Amino acid sequence: MSFTVPPNLEAEIDELITHYPVKRSASLMLLHAVQEHFGYISQEAVEWIAKKLGLQPINVYELVTFYPMFRQQPVGKYQIKVCRTLSCALGGSHELYKHFCTKLGLDPHQHGLQTTKDGKFSVEFVECLAGCGMAPVMMCNEDFYENVSTAKADEIVSQCK
Amino acid sequence: MTTQETAKPAPPAIEKIKVKVDGREIEVPKLSPDYTGKLVPTTMLQACDAAKTDVPHYCYHPKLPIAGNCRMCLVEFGTPALGPDRKPVMNPDGTPKIAKSPRPAIACATPISPGMEIYTKTPTVKQMREGVLESLLINHPLDCPICDQAGECKLQEYSVDYGQSASRFVEPKVHKPKAVDLGPRIMLDAERCILCTRCIRFTRDVAGDDALGIINRGSYNTISTYPGMPFDNNYTLNTVDICPVGALTSKDFRFQMRVWFLKETKSVCTSCATGCNIVISSREEKIYRYTPRENDAVNSTWMCDYGRLNYKWIQREDRLKDVLVRGQKSSWTAALSEIAEKLKQAPTGSVAIVASARQTNEELWLLSKLKAKLGGISDSIERTGDADKLLLVADRNPNTNGARLTGICFTEMGINLPKIADGIASGKIKTLIVFGEDVTKHGISAELLGKLETLIVSDILPNATTAAAHYLLPGCAHAEKRGTFTNTKGRVQKFMQAVQPKGDARPEWDFLHDLVYNVTGKNGFLTIEGLFNEMAKDVPAFNGLTWAALGNTGVTVTI
Ligand code: SF4
Ligand code: SF4
Ligand code: FES
Ligand code: FES
Repeated sequence: MSFTVPPNLEAEIDELITHYPVKRSASLMLLHAVQEHFGYISQEAVEWIAKKLGLQPINVYELVTFYPMFRQQPVGKYQIKVCRTLSCALGGSHELYKHFCTKLGLDPHQHGLQTTKDGKFSVEFVECLAGCGMAPVMMCNEDFYENVSTAKADEIVSQCK
Repeated sequence: MTTQETAKPAPPAIEKIKVKVDGREIEVPKLSPDYTGKLVPTTMLQACDAAKTDVPHYCYHPKLPIAGNCRMCLVEFGTPALGPDRKPVMNPDGTPKIAKSPRPAIACATPISPGMEIYTKTPTVKQMREGVLESLLINHPLDCPICDQAGECKLQEYSVDYGQSASRFVEPKVHKPKAVDLGPRIMLDAERCILCTRCIRFTRDVAGDDALGIINRGSYNTISTYPGMPFDNNYTLNTVDICPVGALTSKDFRFQMRVWFLKETKSVCTSCATGCNIVISSREEKIYRYTPRENDAVNSTWMCDYGRLNYKWIQREDRLKDVLVRGQKSSWTAALSEIAEKLKQAPTGSVAIVASARQTNEELWLLSKLKAKLGGISDSIERTGDADKLLLVADRNPNTNGARLTGICFTEMGINLPKIADGIASGKIKTLIVFGEDVTKHGISAELLGKLETLIVSDILPNATTAAAHYLLPGCAHAEKRGTFTNTKGRVQKFMQAVQPKGDARPEWDFLHDLVYNVTGKNGFLTIEGLFNEMAKDVPAFNGLTWAALGNTGVTVTI
């Protein structure tokens, strides 16, 4: 699959670069824009961005591997992020995570993001989502859920079409 | 004729300031050169250096930009206290009161100021060093017994001073990639890496190839290239030298020899006219590696990979080891006296000399003496390749300037070669002396060589010219003898002997001296020192030089 950036995305990226005195400073914004469009950041995308910014690919690759929010593989249509930081951990996020995994046929003991075979769901642990008072909290794509019981989890899954 | 040059170019007078290191007052320049030579404020680490006080450090390297990431160089310090009137507060005894900083600072990146006091031996400093070291070793595999760096590793060295005999860490260690093929010449063990970024800074800021980076996060941080882009510039092996631990290893040297068995000999690289200063590491007559040796007038602390790995030919099985007279094994005494007789009888103008610009100044000078006596003509042979932006130059002969200054060739090397060929063809030239070149590749064919009455050849490895020789005199690689080369900028540099010559081979200067004595009656140089000094008196460009005055880093002459 060859990597082509549609003209409107490239225009958006060119505009983003103008916000910064140094091109390199736009790296993160470009990564976000690319991920938003393609769903993940492929190796070709890293090379394209590096070229765009006059950098070496390793300079961009460092960022992609540093930030967990950047994905190097495609993810499921619905991405479930369960918080595992202290409050949520105490509030039962590990049980919640395990529940999602078992329900969707994934391995609860495997480290990192996992995607169901049909490509519909991805489940991963993330760090604090800033809703600590309502632990455990989670996100499904851009939607935020608090006090998530296993029953509520089932309901969230059933709403994903 | 010589311009004496010290290693560092003399900068304009720099203001000096007084600081105290562990209670001892010293005066240091306010500014010092950074890795590019630009003057920047002197750091505490440099002041400690000037005071001969060791400050342990990992990430700091004098020839790299400062990163300040390892924290091993933390020290305590104080500065003169100022009163509310901004005037220095005095102690009752009239000395300025020092306000000790509540926080330590990294010596490698903190500039000094007048009256500053640096404390490197306090219990706090010791504790900090122990703490940093302990944290660096948390995930370290502790595999010194199989690590190439053992014996020259900063982790080991500082562990002796600040380490603990047993680890307090009971959790499972983080594992990282091992034996990572970083490039054609470099292997990485990410578990040994302390993430000092010296390798990244070297390749980005010195070699100009921004090829390395740190990927992943936190305890999984790993040095890496971009996937699919091997670390492959002509300077990669310098990262092995500057890696303070055993993370980066040379594929060539890996698992070959424990470093403490190696004998180190000061020498010079012969693979191009730059003449990078090197250390030859050998054991029991076998060479294991070349590493760069600091010379700010030539190569800073670097050398290229091409030159570094070009040493295996010295150990080739087919090295010339015997003195041969018309193909029969002979002795030096017999061969040299026969040659001397022949040369003495040779009519003026019937002898030509082709001498390689890979021979030393002394050898070329001796040959020029022969040439003068015999009224012959001489030349040398060009050897070129692509230059790069850092050290490697197009001229691949180590001693082109030596060949010019001793009068073996003209500025334009090789213009006499057709004349020599014509002379042989016409029968005017009856004797040819060849040192270190295969002339059949340079316009003097094997057929022409066959027309000669006498062909005297000295070389190291066999070739078509050595095959045609009437007298074959086995010579030495630079690692097997002493001598000097004059580099592309006119720096005369000496090199020492690392290993013994192979078989019956003798250093060329040594048997040339015998020959020249027999032919010209000239004497007075039984040692390389004496020979060099004699040459320096005779060759205008070298006037005033002595073997001793060359020191370890050489002297630049006007070329
Ligand atoms: S590989 Fe060596 S030089 Fe590079 S960061 Fe690690 S320890 Fe430092
Ligand atoms: S630059 Fe030239 S002298 Fe220096 S190491 Fe390379 S080949 Fe040898
Ligand atoms: S700990 Fe889970 S939202 Fe902060
Ligand atoms: S040497 Fe100063 S922080 Fe590393």
